[in-house]
Amino acid sequence: MATRLKHMAGAAAVAPLALLARVLDPPLRALQRVAGQGGMITFFLVPNMAIFGIFVLLPLCINFVYSMTAGPELFLAQRDWVGGAQYAKLLDCEDYTRPATCDEDLFWTAVWNTARFVVVQVTLLVVCATVTALILNRELRARGFWRAVFFFPVLLSPVVVGLIWRWILQRDGILNAAMLDLGLDPVNWLIERGWAFAATVGVTIWAHLGFYALILLAGLQAIPRDLYEAAEMDGTRPARMFWRITLPLLMPNLLVVIVLALIRAVQVFDEAYVLTGGGPGTATLYMTQYIYEVGFASLLKNPGLAAAASILMGGVLVVLTLVQLGLGRRGESKGKAR
Amino acid sequence: MGRITLTGIEKAFGHVEVLKGIDLDIGEGELVVFVGPSGCGKSTLLRLIAGLDRPTGGRIEINGADVTRVGAADRGLAMVFQSYALYPHMTVRQNLSFGLENIHMPKPEIATRIAEAARMLEIEPLMERRPGQLSGGQRQRVAIGRAIVRNPTAFLLDEPLSNLDAELRVSMRAELAALHDRLGTTMIYVTHDQVEAMTLADRIVVLRAGRIDQVDTPLGLYNRPANLFVAGFIGAPNMNFFAARIAGGQAVLPGGLAVPVPGRAAEGADITIGIRPQHMRLADPGAPALEARVTLVEALGAETVVHATLADGERILTVLPGQPGLERDAVVRLAFDSADLHGFDGAGQRLPEP
Amino acid sequence: MSRVTAFLTRRRGGDRWHWTDVVTVLWLGAGVILMFGPAVWLVLSSLKTPAGLAEFPPTLLPYAAETVVVEGYDKPLPLFTVTREDGTEAVLAEARRVGTVAQMIDPANPDDKLRVNIAEREPVRAVGFAWENYTQPLVERNFFLYAQNSVFVTVVATIITLVTNSMAAFALSKYQFRGRSAVLILIVATLMIPLSVILVPLFSIISATGLFNTLWGVILPTVATPTGVFLLRQYMLTIPDEIIEAARMDHASEWQIYWRIVLPLTAPALAVLAIFSVVWRWNDFLWPLVVLSRQDVYTLQVGLNAYAGELNVQWHFILAMTVVTMIPVVLVFVFLQRFITAGIAGTGVK
Repeated sequence: MATRLKHMAGAAAVAPLALLARVLDPPLRALQRVAGQGGMITFFLVPNMAIFGIFVLLPLCINFVYSMTAGPELFLAQRDWVGGAQYAKLLDCEDYTRPATCDEDLFWTAVWNTARFVVVQVTLLVVCATVTALILNRELRARGFWRAVFFFPVLLSPVVVGLIWRWILQRDGILNAAMLDLGLDPVNWLIERGWAFAATVGVTIWAHLGFYALILLAGLQAIPRDLYEAAEMDGTRPARMFWRITLPLLMPNLLVVIVLALIRAVQVFDEAYVLTGGGPGTATLYMTQYIYEVGFASLLKNPGLAAAASILMGGVLVVLTLVQLGLGRRGESKGKAR
Repeated sequence: MGRITLTGIEKAFGHVEVLKGIDLDIGEGELVVFVGPSGCGKSTLLRLIAGLDRPTGGRIEINGADVTRVGAADRGLAMVFQSYALYPHMTVRQNLSFGLENIHMPKPEIATRIAEAARMLEIEPLMERRPGQLSGGQRQRVAIGRAIVRNPTAFLLDEPLSNLDAELRVSMRAELAALHDRLGTTMIYVTHDQVEAMTLADRIVVLRAGRIDQVDTPLGLYNRPANLFVAGFIGAPNMNFFAARIAGGQAVLPGGLAVPVPGRAAEGADITIGIRPQHMRLADPGAPALEARVTLVEALGAETVVHATLADGERILTVLPGQPGLERDAVVRLAFDSADLHGFDGAGQRLPEP
Repeated sequence: MSRVTAFLTRRRGGDRWHWTDVVTVLWLGAGVILMFGPAVWLVLSSLKTPAGLAEFPPTLLPYAAETVVVEGYDKPLPLFTVTREDGTEAVLAEARRVGTVAQMIDPANPDDKLRVNIAEREPVRAVGFAWENYTQPLVERNFFLYAQNSVFVTVVATIITLVTNSMAAFALSKYQFRGRSAVLILIVATLMIPLSVILVPLFSIISATGLFNTLWGVILPTVATPTGVFLLRQYMLTIPDEIIEAARMDHASEWQIYWRIVLPLTAPALAVLAIFSVVWRWNDFLWPLVVLSRQDVYTLQVGLNAYAGELNVQWHFILAMTVVTMIPVVLVFVFLQRFITAGIAGTGVK
């Protein structure tokens, strides 16, 4: 009965699609006769590649030109060619470690903030995700439920994540109430520089932990059980099993997770922007927000400078992506060997 | 109508030549089997005939019309794939009707044709099931049914039985033979299984390394193999081969036994003598024979397979009728009729008739 | 409690607690509180009145002051428990308040008035939900419009994504043609190029094409996802070519092969992509933030951010609208979690 219903529902869903196919078939068959199989390949590729070309490839290309121009005008034709001046402005600095000595001090503040964020966040994130995956890989009851617990925040929108935590971390928020209950002094989480940075780190980990834990869990579950059984027959101790079996076999997944986390951490924006707005001062101003502010939001709009900054950031991401593709290929060949 | 003519067919993938000039004429209503070791190009040839691939050279004609550049759909052929290639998301009925709907055949006629095919193949109770719910044999029938309803000029079958278990393969083989008798449609059948080839074919095409080695009836191949390869490929267990030299108008085998030359060969020439295991028997005492030491006896009841080595270490295999009661290390004397000998020249070609 | 933990975790052999068992219990326990807690707290808070939200330390559940309708007064009056001078307690309604002194009346006997210092009374409260936090922004403000915009963007972008990505994936997986590897390399290379890198030039293209401040300006740049093409292509590669050849022998046109054979067989991957696309487009923030500058085209995410950025932050509305924004994603999570986790585990795509 149930399968019958399912079939009927399926048929109901398919019926309009089948009709659409019948209506579309004659003209497309005619097209195939005229254009041949090659023409049909073009037909299938064109919609996606046209949109892709206009909205991804073209911007990618003109970004380079854009970064060589100056002025407030939006359209490329109306902008002044300045060559490498924007890059020179970004890179003009007496001491790169002290943004205040740089011409474009906000840029270097953002660079160092982002670098600090990437190091701290990725380290903590990977460690937490690994621990979570190891725990979820144990013989738990209701494993699906526990996996869901950690995965739940992954789907939330960054704005929602930012607002939830702003509400919790605010001065009169529940966290400070809990601190008072425990006899601790309340903290101005989002107003004090150090704590605001920690908050952006913590909240982004909270939001993405489940995603990486899931990839690692898949890697752990792909390790054949008989390896552990064989090791147990050999009298291997649990700790040794972890270091000699689990970790080496998990390595491909772990590397992918690290690179993915790096790529995402470099681009950090949404959650942090909603949570702190880059503040206090510029304590949590990260690269993407810098590009956004300089390109669109600030009073001293300078799209050329933003383009130049985005190309520098893109360069970092390309390197990381190449690393990831290399790792992916290695993982693939390993997967085949298995 | 269903006459297919291939002229000088060549096919290369990149720099790899898979077919190197195939000429073949397949008559109407004929069941032709392509056999050969894997990689010989037999499946490629079938796909070229189907129109799924284009030859790099040569001509394909169906009923006298050149179809070399015609697409697969418009050649009027039907194909049964090795994996059956049934549409997994469609019921059996939809699988059968899909192709007919595509040529806008009127609904009543589709229904008639499907009913007929279903009855013929005894798949009527399965019509509303999906391929995933069918057994291997049932899927095979559906795949054949999908070909039948199209009422094609010719059927192309690509190793259609290779995914079935041994028992089912035997019964499906018989059904295919019956089906061919009944429909009388041209069939081209690709297999690497020589038993299938021998039992089904009107003519067998033996392919090796992109060339046709021999085309003949099954018994013609068995009795008069054109070369060493065909001789070794057809018949199980494989034919025994011995190096021999022509001396005094006779072929001298290792161990000194002299036999009549099967065919014409020059004095002093090195030739190869072949004899099928089934054509040897235990020699009468005193009669000329090959002497061999038994290394293994496989008693199958009705017959006994004897592995032995000749004095010079050459291996020899015989299939003796019944249960001769031989044991390992026994010395046997093997005799044969000179009419059962095959002779091949130094290049491996069959010696011409005397 | 020990039975609960015994139920939830099985220990590594034997009866003794290994230290890893302790870590497991602690980690999972902390996980539940940390992961679900904030969302639960958000929902509870969103149902509090502005007065309830201002309380510190906050109450766990939303409370509302009880009110009573008294003859002669237009509005319902809040109830308080008042300790009389003689030590007895009474539940009275507040008729008027001047400074620290309130004029209280007995609802049963409205003419009997009593002046009470506000320090000497306690409001009568019960668990109550401030639904107006939800209704007001949706009805009186633009949030219903924002929600409509978000739904439009999500649905349209997902449909276009599925159609164009699957067509391209079909061409790239089932045909051999010149330039195929070039297209593939292009797609893989841009797999990781984030929006933030092309933000400025993309904005100029959107402006040049007149899509600024339109929902199509939000939709179009996001639909040709390399991720989707990649995911679908990988799946389509697993469909045997023989099935497509069989269809070709069956007189199917190339379009029919795509529509009637390949698409139905790709359904599992399409479902994963559809779910991802819905979540992505619903959650998109930076790009809509750039493209949309007029209130009437705001999506929920942008509207919510703008609202939270106002000088006078009205938390009771923000929290409620945050919950509204969260609902579709939570529904997806509850019903389709298996698909998503399988999809991520299988492809590493998010």
